[in-house]
Amino acid sequence: MSLTNQVTAADILRISGVDASRCMQCGKCSGACPNYDEMDIPPHRFAIMVRQGRITELMESQAIYRCLSCFACSQRCPRNVEPAKLIEAVRLTVIRQKGQNHMKADSIPEKLDEKLPQQAIVSAMRKYSK
Amino acid sequence: MKYSYYPGCTLKTKAKDLDRYGRLCAEKLGIILEEPDNWQCCGGVYPQGEDEIATKLSSVRALADAKEKGQDLVTLCSACHHVLKRVNHDMKQNETIRLRANNYLKLDSPYQGETNVIHYLEMLRDKVGFDNLKKAVVNPQTDRKIAPYYGCLLLRPGKVMAFDDPEDPRIMEDFIRAIGATPVKYSQRNECCGGYLTLENKKAAQKRAGAVVDSAEQAGADLMITACPLCLYNLDANVPEGSVPVQYFTEILAEALGVKEEV
Ligand code: SF4
Ligand code: SF4
Repeated sequence: MSLTNQVTAADILRISGVDASRCMQCGKCSGACPNYDEMDIPPHRFAIMVRQGRITELMESQAIYRCLSCFACSQRCPRNVEPAKLIEAVRLTVIRQKGQNHMKADSIPEKLDEKLPQQAIVSAMRKYSK
Repeated sequence: MKYSYYPGCTLKTKAKDLDRYGRLCAEKLGIILEEPDNWQCCGGVYPQGEDEIATKLSSVRALADAKEKGQDLVTLCSACHHVLKRVNHDMKQNETIRLRANNYLKLDSPYQGETNVIHYLEMLRDKVGFDNLKKAVVNPQTDRKIAPYYGCLLLRPGKVMAFDDPEDPRIMEDFIRAIGATPVKYSQRNECCGGYLTLENKKAAQKRAGAVVDSAEQAGADLMITACPLCLYNLDANVPEGSVPVQYFTEILAEALGVKEEV
């Protein structure tokens, strides 16, 4: 099922509460990102793309599912941009749409192992589905 | 000393050790932890969206319950602590979230972020005092070199969590000294373990956990300690076999206080 609703930079501002135009492209966030290698769009590019209104590209990225919500980027940003909030806002605009859950409850049983804590399942379902 | 105590879902299931050792040690230290009757799961992750209201309500209920009892709210799981503390901050600072959450909940008096949320480690540092903790130790862990694993959730964002210096924390090192052991400092102590990514991209999660454990090993640790069930899982199940073991900090505390056998 494809994404039906158009999303604008103003929507991301409203959901995240973060003004991406404050970003000065210093790259500290990406320098701090422990998952940089896996992020097809690293946090400093994510911020500028929000500012440029390239939201559809961000909605189709892998970065929105690979961000760890570790807040290293937000902590180290000298301009209080909080890239983690921008990434979460874009992910929300995807998974809130019909048929766009990234992780489905049916897929959980095969991912379980003996030691996996409930917290992992609760957190992943909160991040990846609505 | 009497506190409200929010255990969270995982401490009732896979992380029973974190909970039961925590309770035993509190008792030994003369602290009463009262679990509210009707707490609900915090959701595991803080809902960052400003328009996410329903996902914040379980936290507000626990916070409001503690306020009613006039108690500080103690947490043990890093994730619960993170969620409750940030939602509490929203209820204090964010007018829209406060209004909308209160509209849903219709409490007798609106909740406005009055409750003080403290992590068990903060309780040890600020309420008990590490000096007093040291005096209560009967089995000092003198031969142990312990690597404290902070992870992300206790520390960041520093302005909201106000737990310790987010870039150079020391509370866990001080805790380790108080129980007579030697803290091992290593570069990855406040870098992410991979978190919930273990369910989405196992390989990337393994890479993250591997880097953390490797860093602790290189620094000469014989044990790692954590306050988070998901960190414990990643640092245990997502690393090569035979890596340095990881334990809940409450377990080593129970050993030091001589109450571990009672379990
Ligand atoms: S650290 Fe902040 S200001 Fe610098 S590039 Fe990242 S978002 Fe922009
Ligand atoms: S919150 Fe996401 S983008 Fe920011 S540093 Fe962590 S993994 Fe990278």
